[in-house]
Amino acid sequence: MKYEVNNRGYYGKFGGAFIPEMLYPNVKELEKNYLKIMESDSFKTEFLSLLKNYVGRPSPLYYTKRLSDKYNINLYLKREDLNHTGSHKINNTIGQILMARHLGKKRIIAETGAGQHGVATATVCAREGLDCIVFMGATDVARQMPNVEKMQMLGATVIPVESGNKTLKDATNEAIRDWINHPKETHYIIGSVVGPHPYPDMVARFQSIISEEIRKQLQEQTGSPLPDTVIACVGGGSNAAGAFYHYLNEKTVKLVAVEADGLGLETGETAATMAAGSPGIIHGSMTMLMQTDDGQIVEPYSISAGLDYPGIGPLHAHLFDSKRANFIRATDTEAIEAAFELTRMEGIIPALESAHALAALKKLNFKKGETVVLNVSGRGDKDMEAYRKHIKSETKKEKQVDTHAEKETHDIFRASYSVPENTMQQRADEINGLYVP
Amino acid sequence: MNRINKLFETKKDNILSIYFTAGHPAPETASTIIELLQDNGVDMIEIGIPFSDPLADGPVIQQSSQQALADGMSLKKLLHELKTIRKNVQIPLLLMGYFNTIMHFGVESFCKQANAVGIDGVILPDLPLEVYKEQYKDMFKQYNIIPVFLITPSTPDERIRETEALSEGFIYMVSTSSTTGAKQGFSNENMSYFKRINDMNLKVPVITGFGISNKTTFEQACEYSAGAIIGSAFVKDISGEWELENKIEEFIAKLK
Ligand SMILES: Cc1ncc(COP(=O)(O)O)c(C=O)c1O
Repeated sequence: MKYEVNNRGYYGKFGGAFIPEMLYPNVKELEKNYLKIMESDSFKTEFLSLLKNYVGRPSPLYYTKRLSDKYNINLYLKREDLNHTGSHKINNTIGQILMARHLGKKRIIAETGAGQHGVATATVCAREGLDCIVFMGATDVARQMPNVEKMQMLGATVIPVESGNKTLKDATNEAIRDWINHPKETHYIIGSVVGPHPYPDMVARFQSIISEEIRKQLQEQTGSPLPDTVIACVGGGSNAAGAFYHYLNEKTVKLVAVEADGLGLETGETAATMAAGSPGIIHGSMTMLMQTDDGQIVEPYSISAGLDYPGIGPLHAHLFDSKRANFIRATDTEAIEAAFELTRMEGIIPALESAHALAALKKLNFKKGETVVLNVSGRGDKDMEAYRKHIKSETKKEKQVDTHAEKETHDIFRASYSVPENTMQQRADEINGLYVP
Repeated sequence: MNRINKLFETKKDNILSIYFTAGHPAPETASTIIELLQDNGVDMIEIGIPFSDPLADGPVIQQSSQQALADGMSLKKLLHELKTIRKNVQIPLLLMGYFNTIMHFGVESFCKQANAVGIDGVILPDLPLEVYKEQYKDMFKQYNIIPVFLITPSTPDERIRETEALSEGFIYMVSTSSTTGAKQGFSNENMSYFKRINDMNLKVPVITGFGISNKTTFEQACEYSAGAIIGSAFVKDISGEWELENKIEEFIAKLK
């Protein structure tokens, strides 16, 4: 079984480039050049040097004493939270800004949800001296002011997106539309392993530095490069792709992807694409996505803005379909509790996204003493508001705050959307019915 | 013979085609709009299937789609509404939309039902040529649905030739590198692109779309192609309108 993208841009039945013809030349240009550029010596040297001296890589692989004892495992944390700008997102933006320079592009666009990818893009644009335009849903602009201000300080133009539901999905649509309208000068730095081929593969390769380092670090610390299990959270799936990458063909290594389950699958207020979704096309890629019976894309819900995406990268759809990875879910509450557990037992405040991966520790049946690597994709600075509410409710012994009430949704499809009851069978049938390109 | 082919056999230039979003400006107006357009001399109609995430569309069609969906429009409803359209309408009708809607509906049942109500062709901007050729060509043919593909100012010549080879009705020439939306006029650069395509002598007619909004742009577009499609300008014009009859008559009259 192959897990790499094939020469037609597919992972099994998923992927491809379902884009309007207007984008064909741009995407084709990238497809024709990306491997050649990435594999050139000058690119590699500069990329690795920036990862080391600018981002601060390698990020540590940290053995947790207390958490390991608690779960009867050997738990290592991959500390992507310690990267410059606070998450794994910078690995990709460093790679893509160099790609843009090699392609001769002068204008950079990006989409962002919580603002992490936007900040990481604005950062590399400042360093490169390139114009940076970040599309961000108007709802998210209001919720994530500190990141908006950072982007502005870095010299980027943040454009609040008023179309659709005014969140990440719409920001991505708007970035794609901008690219259609400015095809020659512009490079689109997409923020995850999503979008038309070759984006999922290119972003996965940039993020693969994560598992490349894990292998070395684990070898040094345990005498073997192979853990028993790797755990990562999945929004679009870039940090998970990076953490899984060099283990995809290692059959003994279990891969666990954790999706955000919001208020719980049965409520419909979820972002767990594999559980609530079906095959379809989003942002130019054949993958799994949350949609109504009429094929309209549904706005997902999670407390974590970085996991609040109705689709998922095609690599992950393939890992799901081929059963190479195990997809599980963690709710808002489980994630918050896991964040506090890590903070109070190890002194690390994780991003809410990463907290979903941590919540998996309670859900998985580990062998006693097995080696587990968990990717801490980002730090929690941006999430203090959500954490502060939890502290308040702890001290006042109040009921958990209703996180969902905070997110004003404009979704007109939510009313007509419910998680299908016979999901498992129906979804399996639909996936089986897909064409294998 | 498919009505699209019949049209091009009898009319070689100044073909006027109008796009509108089904369910806009109000529910259950699609049939009325189609009949009024035909009565006012429009040659061909593109009926937009509203989609939540219309990547190739500018603000006007985005908003019309949002409104139509909010009012409950769906592909299923649209096909139901069109059941009796062929009683009074003879001009070619095409459905235009995004592939996810069709795929989720089921491509084969879509073709079958579209054919049953009298649809002649489809325009699916995000269905790649290659995917169509490999997976759906025979199916579309079986149900006599003609697919229409787009070319743009930056489509390389050899891809235009591939598009030509797969085209059975007409080629949709996107006027500029942009999403849908009205323009006031075309530049020399635009015009020389229209001419370049015209000089390729493609085996199927070319219809220009995107940015056509008024008499001037319609005439410019028709100079080097068989006709043109007006979308956003029409959609905007009928927004919020209940008096469709006068409005549509006026809109079409101004183009002539
Ligand atoms: C810290 C962090 N982790 C994870 C994600 C989710 O993205 P992905 O699934 O691409 O890793 C985000 C996205 O914003 C993020 O900021």
